[in-house]
Amino acid sequence: MSTTTSTSALKEWPLWEVFVRSKQGLEHKHCGSLHASDSEHALQMARDVYTRRQEGVSIWVVPSASISASEPNDKPEFFDPASDKVYRHPTFYVIPDEVGHM
Amino acid sequence: MNAPVEYLLHLADNALILGQRNAEWCGHGPILEEDIALSNNSLDLIGQARMLYQHAAELQGDGATEDRLAYFRDVPDFRNYTLCELPHMPLTAPTSAGDRDFASTIVRNFLFSSLMVLVWDQLQSSKDAQLAAIAAKSLKEVRYHLRHSRDWLVRMGDGTDESHAKAQTALDQFMSYTQEFWTASPSEAAALANGTGIDMAALQNDWNQIVDAALQEATLQRPAAGGFVPTGKQGMHSEHLGFVLAEMQSLARAHPQATW
Repeated sequence: MSTTTSTSALKEWPLWEVFVRSKQGLEHKHCGSLHASDSEHALQMARDVYTRRQEGVSIWVVPSASISASEPNDKPEFFDPASDKVYRHPTFYVIPDEVGHM
Repeated sequence: MNAPVEYLLHLADNALILGQRNAEWCGHGPILEEDIALSNNSLDLIGQARMLYQHAAELQGDGATEDRLAYFRDVPDFRNYTLCELPHMPLTAPTSAGDRDFASTIVRNFLFSSLMVLVWDQLQSSKDAQLAAIAAKSLKEVRYHLRHSRDWLVRMGDGTDESHAKAQTALDQFMSYTQEFWTASPSEAAALANGTGIDMAALQNDWNQIVDAALQEATLQRPAAGGFVPTGKQGMHSEHLGFVLAEMQSLARAHPQATW
């Protein structure tokens, strides 16, 4: 696939993030990204690339440019303070089986 | 009630030969996602062909198997539409992968899947219960094939001057081959008569509507009807099918006892 088409297409088509819900009741999970000309195009491509092995029952595509992301440099102030607060993990009680997936 | 074996072979051969053609894109797609999309399309079609061959082999008996039907029949035995066997650029009939024309692939898949959504829909009521079940499964698959090819057809037709020209050329080249859809072959007539097949001529209006609506959206001109009516489904093929079969069948014929 080293054609000129792919190079120019990838330059012209925006990037989309793909989220797939594996079954009803579960959340959509990020599974990858792809280049496509618009949202309908992106949905079809996501269907062909990411749900070939029955991975999903629903797909979301989101323009990558619409995602605001934290910076790697933010790590010390964003995430490190949580490391010594083990009491925040709900590991001190048993979840009844009837609750099912949480 | 069972469908005539030759009618099942007609449906199976259409799927197998177009599946084989579309598989030529595997590893050569214009972009990675499209490469996978066309491979998905191929695998759907080859899956349909397998179910139909298995059913035909069972009815035929006499040691017939799906592999015997796919790999050990020759050109005059195949019952697919000529449309399905043409290269991805029919008039110039290129031999190298680099000449493959994506617009031709899209136009053919569009013309064929526009037909098959109607055919499978109707065959769900076939008196051949096995065929009706195959139709129900295949209908979902070809609905996506139609969606995929129609989407690209509109993008190309209503795209740049170059993409429009390529789509129009492909349409001009392929459209006359669709005339074969509407003239009943002996096996289609036999299937219609025993309630296992359908009246193809009765689908023509619906097909026209699907095609014309998409062409209008794509700003493409439908070529005038007329000209040579191909006869692939009666076993009289273009020169291209032999090359498709040579590539597809050579391995199975070189190693007839092989299993995988």
